[in-house]
Amino acid sequence: MDLYEYQGRELFARHGLPVLGGGVAETPEEARAIAARLGRQVVVKAQVKVGGRGKAGGVKLADTVEEATARATDILGMDIKGHTVHKVMITEAADIAEEYYFSYLLDRANRTFLCIASVAGGMEIEQVAHEQPDKVVKQPIDASKGVDEPLARSIVAKAGFPAEVAEQVVDIAVKLWRAFVDEDATLVEVNPLAKTPDGRVLCLDAKVTLDGNGSFRHPEHEAWEDKSAVDPLEQAAKAKDLNYVKLDGEVGIIGNGAGLVMSTLDVVAYAGESYGGVKPANFLDIGGGASAEVMANGLEIVLSDPSVKSVFVNVFGGITACDAVAKGILSAFDLLSQRGEAVTKPLVVRLDGNNAEEGRRILDSAANPLVERVDTMDGAAQRAAELAAAGV
Amino acid sequence: MAIWLTKESKVIVQGMTGSEGSKHTRRMLRAGTNVVGGVTPGKGGQTVDFEGSSLPVFNSVGDAMASTGADVTVIFVPPKFAKGAMIEAIDAAIPLAITITEGIPVHDTAEAWAYNLAQGSRTRIVGPNCPGVASPGQSNAGIIPADIAGPGRIGLVSKSGTLTYQMMYELRDIGFSTAVGIGGDPVIGTTHIDALAAFQADPDTDAIVMIGEIGGDAEERAADFIKASVTKPVVGYIAGFTAPPGKTMGHAGAIISGSSGTAEAKKVALEAAGVKVGKTPSETARLMRQIMQR
Repeated sequence: MDLYEYQGRELFARHGLPVLGGGVAETPEEARAIAARLGRQVVVKAQVKVGGRGKAGGVKLADTVEEATARATDILGMDIKGHTVHKVMITEAADIAEEYYFSYLLDRANRTFLCIASVAGGMEIEQVAHEQPDKVVKQPIDASKGVDEPLARSIVAKAGFPAEVAEQVVDIAVKLWRAFVDEDATLVEVNPLAKTPDGRVLCLDAKVTLDGNGSFRHPEHEAWEDKSAVDPLEQAAKAKDLNYVKLDGEVGIIGNGAGLVMSTLDVVAYAGESYGGVKPANFLDIGGGASAEVMANGLEIVLSDPSVKSVFVNVFGGITACDAVAKGILSAFDLLSQRGEAVTKPLVVRLDGNNAEEGRRILDSAANPLVERVDTMDGAAQRAAELAAAGV
Repeated sequence: MAIWLTKESKVIVQGMTGSEGSKHTRRMLRAGTNVVGGVTPGKGGQTVDFEGSSLPVFNSVGDAMASTGADVTVIFVPPKFAKGAMIEAIDAAIPLAITITEGIPVHDTAEAWAYNLAQGSRTRIVGPNCPGVASPGQSNAGIIPADIAGPGRIGLVSKSGTLTYQMMYELRDIGFSTAVGIGGDPVIGTTHIDALAAFQADPDTDAIVMIGEIGGDAEERAADFIKASVTKPVVGYIAGFTAPPGKTMGHAGAIISGSSGTAEAKKVALEAAGVKVGKTPSETARLMRQIMQR
């Protein structure tokens, strides 16, 4: 989960990192109250999870409370690269003498963590790395040892931080590492890490990504989930513990196993090329079990998407036998009628693997006019695309 | 001969007394795997009956190895306890530790991996979030359905469980030396490259199927390795061409970040290394079939 800047700032503050005073507002009135409390020049920043908001006019200085309120009014509701601004963060404005960069992140390739530090901050670190590679220090971190003061000191020295800020940056480096580990983050990035004219070092931005698998250790992270920005179907699926991602096509997809479902999306998109470009409408992995109830919940979500014209159920029976999956599909129809959500769109079902013949026999003998059985994945994708194109 | 797992392998199950652990221990035994015991801290000395075989439970991996000579452990413990289970296996220096558990925090896996390095990498870790390793006709350690495919001379390495099953099923008549599910997490112990190197060295493997998916650059690095060090024919399949950037597609590691980790980049890299990449799993299976029937 990527955090908004204001959430990252909260997280930083919780770990004793130096951030500026401020708050987050959803209305101009709330923004006015924060600006009045701060009682000085402030920055009003759009809270969106996309870069380039400064250029888009989403970051403004304001000298007075009136001005802060006006800027908040301008920015709230603004569209930045397709993201609507629902919140603004108001913080004290800081004079900046120098801008640095500091981050910890997961290094998948080396199965470890990486510290990236640079005295050239304020712009994209990829750009710095490209233009001034000697100004970027990349230090692998041993996950079982972490970052202590001596290591932080060596990183700060290698990156060439000026002597007058070195101690402050060492302290920040150690605290930021604690935040990274204690919060189960896969990225904590401070850009810029700024020096003020009076020599203080401050975290002026906070980019944080949290590991969803760590959430059992952090019940408090749930409050940061952005329910308003999430697609309503994705939200409904999450409430039912389903692994669902909304896409923008017409063929609903249900399958078991992440890899097989990703593959199903691809195969449907290829097939769709011959049928006016119909595309998969969603990713839905119902997992290895594929019980009737999970199948019903999955079908309900997929069918409640109005753009879905046909559904492709693609199951490979591994541990779960296909006869159980077939029964699951049929009971899902019954369950949905009982819920008053009777299925009206065609389903193409492909069953393969463990006990596939029995599963196919069960589906065939049920003779449900909405269920069509195709033996191969590629063939079933073709048929589902064809049906979707006919239903559009 | 197969890689890493043979009929000589003696397998223990960490978490054997749990529901997943006991279910899959029963399946592994039915598949002919030589399961010699289980590990559940605090339950040492008990035994568990599985359709005629009675397996001893030990308090630790070390105890289990000392009593049974086990050289493979399959880890089924819940995410919360998985780091501890992996570190215990590493401490005992068991040669192969297969972590099936899905949902382990990446900090925990990274820490276990760093710990393994510090101990001199005596343990090969497979997973986490993987279906395990199967050498058909010899042994099956994990959750890969045992009867999908028979023994043969194809080696398979895959990030995805169900695509592994699909591919094995499509090529079931030709058969497999070993199928290795390396898992879909961002940090995994054994990589495509490790498996490719082992298959290249295995005299009983003639050709290799490699299945990848979006996220990270493991497939690109595997492509470099194939170019430099693999002479056996390799066919590939990549899932996730239509996945949108920034969305996790089921597997924790399956995410396109910015412009990196795309399926297209992986396909291009593999093809540049001489790997034939199928457009669908079935087409990939056909490519392999052509190679094996030449």
